Amino acid sequence: MSNRIGFLRVLFTSAVALLLTIVPLPQMLNFGRPDWLLLVAIYWALNAPSVAGLTYAWICGLILDALIGTLLGQHALAFVVISAVAQHFQLRIRVFPLLYQAWAVLLMLSLYHFLLFWIDGIVGTAIASWIRWLPALVGALLWPVMVAVLDTTNRRIR
Amino acid sequence: MVADQRYDYLQRVRTAMSAGVYPLQWLVDAPFRASRWMNESVTDREQLRSENTRLSNELRDAQVSLQRLAALAAANQRLRELSDAADDVAKKRLVTEIMRVDLDPLRHRVLLNKGQRDGVFKGQPILDAHGVFGQITQVGLHTSEAILISDPNHAIPVRVSRSGLRTIAEGTGNLNKLNLPFLTGEADVKVGDLLIASGLGGVFPAGYPVGTITRVERDPAQTFAKVEAKPSAKLDSDYEVVLIWYQPPKIEPAIAPPATPSVAPLTPEQLEAATKPPADAAAEPPPPSPTTAPRVAPTAPAAMPAPATPPHASSSATSATEPAAPAHAAPAAPPPAVP
Repeated sequence: MSNRIGFLRVLFTSAVALLLTIVPLPQMLNFGRPDWLLLVAIYWALNAPSVAGLTYAWICGLILDALIGTLLGQHALAFVVISAVAQHFQLRIRVFPLLYQAWAVLLMLSLYHFLLFWIDGIVGTAIASWIRWLPALVGALLWPVMVAVLDTTNRRIR
Repeated sequence: MVADQRYDYLQRVRTAMSAGVYPLQWLVDAPFRASRWMNESVTDREQLRSENTRLSNELRDAQVSLQRLAALAAANQRLRELSDAADDVAKKRLVTEIMRVDLDPLRHRVLLNKGQRDGVFKGQPILDAHGVFGQITQVGLHTSEAILISDPNHAIPVRVSRSGLRTIAEGTGNLNKLNLPFLTGEADVKVGDLLIASGLGGVFPAGYPVGTITRVERDPAQTFAKVEAKPSAKLDSDYEVVLIWYQPPKIEPAIAPPATPSVAPLTPEQLEAATKPPADAAAEPPPPSPTTAPRVAPTAPAAMPAPATPPHASSSATSATEPAAPAHAAPAAPPPAVP
């Protein structure tokens, strides 16, 4: 995979993830909306760390902050941390079967939501409701599907 | 993050970034705009006619009630001039659309399709057809972000329309519920009371409906009553809201009493109220923090000279020795907790 094509692909998937992040959904579904951009960022951190490294994660986080109007840097910090974790365990997680991978992703998503929760708590009122963790669960459940889709397209293009 | 939270250094960066993500938001919003446009362009004649009839009926009703309103407004204006209070009605309005874009589900924020270019500013109040909707928190170039009154980080100073009781309504994170944590067990409030904006914070103009009390639960063992309200504005189903520009009252005429009470000799009742410790005499002002509130006893007759004077009570308490103190001696109201 040449870097140029890889870069375009990362850009494209990230843009789609951003759109999915703000597409309006009914109230109940909205609560369970997975963190699309983070899932994509984890995927690329596992599969193409040379193209989509920590800087990529940081920029993604900043864009997300601007997009949904949170504290500037909140998501950026969480993204960088998760991306670093993903890259650190990259070689191990990559060879996991999908089910184990989903567990690892669930852990990372939980850490991500904990970080967001923690920052929320520092700057204001954090909502301590179980519903906060729903996106992590949904994200982990969707992980195998997402990997399948992205892997298939990647292989076809490659 | 600290720079963004504490200071406004990053305002420009945020504005630029929001302009950067605008295409994304526009793209997501586009299908909904298109479908609405399609709906409007292909409605048949029958539908248009029935809508026309309905609207003209509504307009007629509204105009009938406006006739009375004009007279009332004029009377109000005269009274306000008498008491030197600023009239804080909206000077300018701007109808904006809520973009169909989902932000964080846990925070009640919406994106409006007007921004810096339209003169939107941070802290600007937003109304809908039924009541107070929220205020602007971030201004971008083409868009701005608003916080709803139901956001857990939002609080709005309100007054119970029937009794004049002033307090603060907090968001709960539930679109249909506001929480009024600072009302004592004896507070004069009951289910069905209308809450209106008191204008004390200087953000929202006074008098617009905020919500209706839906639940009052008094527990003798607790100092505070559990009071909940339902927002008047249709927070979940609006797609058009109104931004307003208004002249905030100079300092706070809403609590600075008119000149007359301080000139008039105090009645024994008022004197008694005035010589009491401030916390007791201040019959109703919204307690700035829960710690000062428990001592408030609104039902004690001595502590509440007359329904019209409570705003004055606190100032007369602080200036008990010199009854002719100027009206502006009234302590400034605690700024409401806005995010």
